[in-house]
Amino acid sequence: MRSRVLFINLSSYEHWSEDFEVEEWLGGVGAGIRLLREHAGRADPLSEGNAVVLSTGQFTPAYPMASKCVGMFRSPLTGTLGESHAGGRVATSIANAGYLAVVILGRAEEPVYVVVENDRVHFRDARAIWRVRDSIVVGRIIAKREGGAGVRSVLRIGAAGCSMVRYACVNTETYRHFGRLGMGAVFGSKNLKALVISGRGSFTPERLSCYRRIYREIFTRITSWKEAKKYYTLGTAANVQPLNEMRSLPSLNLRQTHLEGAENISGEAFAERVLGRRVACSHCPVACIHIGALRVPYGDEPYFYKTLMVGYDYELIYSLGSMLGIRSAGEVLRLINQVERLGMDAISAGVALAWATEALERKLVSRRETIEELKFGRVEGYIKATEHLASGANEFYRALGMGVEHASRIYGGEEFALSFGGNEMPGYCTGYGAYIGYLIGSRHSHLDAGGYELDQKLAKEGKELSPEELVDTLVRREVEKQLLSTLVVCFFARSIYTPELVATAFEPLGMEVSPGELMQIAERIYAEKQRYRAELGFSMDRLRVPERALKQEALGRSLSREYVERALRYFAERYL
Amino acid sequence: MMRLRAKDLDRCVGCQVCMYACSRRQGKIGTEYSGILAVSLSGFERGATVIFCRACERPPCAEVCPTGALVPRKGGGVRYAESRCMGCGNCVNACTLGAIFRRRDGKVSVCVHCGYCVSFCAHGVLEYSEAEA
Repeated sequence: MRSRVLFINLSSYEHWSEDFEVEEWLGGVGAGIRLLREHAGRADPLSEGNAVVLSTGQFTPAYPMASKCVGMFRSPLTGTLGESHAGGRVATSIANAGYLAVVILGRAEEPVYVVVENDRVHFRDARAIWRVRDSIVVGRIIAKREGGAGVRSVLRIGAAGCSMVRYACVNTETYRHFGRLGMGAVFGSKNLKALVISGRGSFTPERLSCYRRIYREIFTRITSWKEAKKYYTLGTAANVQPLNEMRSLPSLNLRQTHLEGAENISGEAFAERVLGRRVACSHCPVACIHIGALRVPYGDEPYFYKTLMVGYDYELIYSLGSMLGIRSAGEVLRLINQVERLGMDAISAGVALAWATEALERKLVSRRETIEELKFGRVEGYIKATEHLASGANEFYRALGMGVEHASRIYGGEEFALSFGGNEMPGYCTGYGAYIGYLIGSRHSHLDAGGYELDQKLAKEGKELSPEELVDTLVRREVEKQLLSTLVVCFFARSIYTPELVATAFEPLGMEVSPGELMQIAERIYAEKQRYRAELGFSMDRLRVPERALKQEALGRSLSREYVERALRYFAERYL
Repeated sequence: MMRLRAKDLDRCVGCQVCMYACSRRQGKIGTEYSGILAVSLSGFERGATVIFCRACERPPCAEVCPTGALVPRKGGGVRYAESRCMGCGNCVNACTLGAIFRRRDGKVSVCVHCGYCVSFCAHGVLEYSEAEA
């Protein structure tokens, strides 16, 4: 079993490796939370003391669709647990270089980028590229200078990371991200412009023929799997139309849950009008990464164009499309491209701009603050505003760059500031499952417990749960997801990698573990996360539920604050 | 004699499943032993491609091999006798395609046209067919 952890200390320009106790915590999120708690402790998120842990699982690179890397850090956005997962080639590069995880400590005196090539680590001067705002260009420059094409990953930040926008992301392989909760700001605070990891390595399975047989079985299940079709045809953008029809597409800062004209930004519209190519994460045959091709004319010269290749997904179409009232696939792509290049989390950036638009409309702020005319549906203003946001152009944008909750405490409009636990709202307004899931989830993400799925399932079955039953169900679902996150298997493959299959697939790798023991590990990890959150000051008392969210009907039901409060009280008593 | 061919390179999504298959065929998990490389075309915005031995009739790699570790194979390409390889790297430099890869021990990985990867290519990029006479 792979157990080596590479430590990189930017303060002293040193590196070393240590062994990690994999039996108890496996890898992925299990190794991640242990290493983070030990090495970051309660350090301020943007101080030298914070750590970034990039953790892979034991199924990387042994099995397909297990190529996610878990990034863990103390979040500068929420102040508590920062956890963000990315695909691409990060996890396979780390694993092939021979490591279970990479831990970045300290702060470099001057801007650097770090290159890991199997056993070697190089600290390179990044002063010349520190002010390159465009994360794509940063990637291009570094990719040209460094070796390892095909077996490497280039993790880098853009302007937002350098100016420590609290929801700056880390971009990898152009189209994948450690998006949520501000890992990019932590990179920025460490003077770390990029991290290149390249690895060609190998491991010998304990039982080869058994390994080959199980591999083929999993591979066949994936390639003949009907559900996968959803991911590779329209991609997650397929959700736009059905959510809009069931009045669950958050629009215009959630003033509406249905958007007239949403058919122009649906998965079908993107596929028909702009889809230019699909690519895959390493070691995954599904190829769900959808890239739109957009031809944009330069205004100053006829017949002079550029063609942008921009990745899209449901979450981005929600945050930079329906939330801002943008109803054209091309315009949504332009805005995604802008946010991508500046290196911000697309969900947080879109929700922040939606709040700013409404705050301007209600005269809580003026053009003096927003600089640009922000109006729902007008893409040009938003494109310029993202530049101000990424550079912290004035006091207003600096506040907005600290999150919509922070900005609304200063300027007002808290009732329509859509954040949960300090994290801007993901693209689902399906009801209690979604909202309570955001609040109690370890990383305030829709993926913690998948409450949006639960809401839809309950509505379909005509069932209602008490607040206590709902919380128990959400927690159980979040615990189950910890297992996938230790391996680290893509959540899209959740129906394939059942605990039984996982236990079987561990055998040829030399580990005997029962499905029951796997679930115990998942529970241990969940509990460890709660412990660490509590140490960082997370408490239910500090949570707020935006008034706006409760005002909207969800799947035909009206929502009450009492229900949410009862659920939160129960969660605090039972699980914290 | 059968050989591995590119059926349609433009269909490559860069998933690298072929690389893992190649190492697995040799009893390994990972990419070190892979004689095929899936790589983006200077960034994924331009797509991806696979690089592997195109079965030269008179392989330059074999011509520069001082120990006879690479031996021309009937139907094109080479056979690799690993025990004879001393890791000089001449073959890596001689291959115009860049289709011979270094392992950590200095020895090399090269496609020997076994065709194992083809059944794992889900996107119709590779095919295994009879070499021309």
